[in-house]
Amino acid sequence: MLEYFLSFLILTGALLTFIGSLGLVRLKDLYTRLHGPTKATTLGVGSLLIASSIYFSTYTESVSLHEVLITLFLFITAPVSAHLLAKAALHLNLHSIAKTPENDTEAESSATDNADLSGNAENTESAGSGATQDNPQETSDQIRQ
Amino acid sequence: MTRLLPHPLLTPALTGIWLLLNNSIEPGHILLGLLLGWIIPVLTIRFWPDKVAIRKPVVLLRFGFIFLYDIVVANFTVARLILGNPDKLKPAFVKLPLDLTSDIAISLLASSLTLTPGTLSARLSEDRSYLLVHALNETDPDMLIATIKQRYERPLKEIFESC
Repeated sequence: MLEYFLSFLILTGALLTFIGSLGLVRLKDLYTRLHGPTKATTLGVGSLLIASSIYFSTYTESVSLHEVLITLFLFITAPVSAHLLAKAALHLNLHSIAKTPENDTEAESSATDNADLSGNAENTESAGSGATQDNPQETSDQIRQ
Repeated sequence: MTRLLPHPLLTPALTGIWLLLNNSIEPGHILLGLLLGWIIPVLTIRFWPDKVAIRKPVVLLRFGFIFLYDIVVANFTVARLILGNPDKLKPAFVKLPLDLTSDIAISLLASSLTLTPGTLSARLSEDRSYLLVHALNETDPDMLIATIKQRYERPLKEIFESC
């Protein structure tokens, strides 16, 4: 009986994780794609971990609680990485279906993006980002495809 | 007292994590966990200038349950949206005005927004007056803001900031 329940949990987890990854293919721009991995996978991985915890607590001598820690760290790290990705995408002014909000820094970076990329000598950004200035166009092209 | 035990909450948290990592509650591990829980906050006190105080633990517990429930709902909502027709989605950026002021409350709000239905926190404005939120499928931004404020921001404000 327990095995059926565990199999159900594992299958649900696998299915949800798969749907989350499928979102990367089906959705159209970076911001909507970020929704898949941050949400659909948390419950997917969550139910896999619950199944693992129950299995190892029942079939071995000791109680297995490592899964609690994995869940905790997952919930802490997933939003932070998603936030940083979204922030970087806003900064690079990547293609977005939603209208990106008006902002002074955004307006500037879009102006430099549209202008000739080789002539970024008077770039308003700091020197460190100069090396990455050629990349936004490429990455946004890849994302459009 | 404050020098010897700068963060009273961090010590039990670190001890708990240590015990979970070792998966045991032997006395030796409890002792080592307490030692680590004491020495890590003392050594890293410079990174934690603000003292975190939980004013209302009951509200925190209730917030936790609402949060877990919302994660489950969010998963199925987003799964359905992904499987549906992606061209019909109406993603939008919404500016969420913030009432919170403390670091921990704002970061908790941003993290919960990312994990719950259809929203993703994208950027905090420099003066911390608003949080830029990306919604996966949003037709009524005002409604979304009202829901977030009522459901997440108010309990967080009660928990971490006196009001």
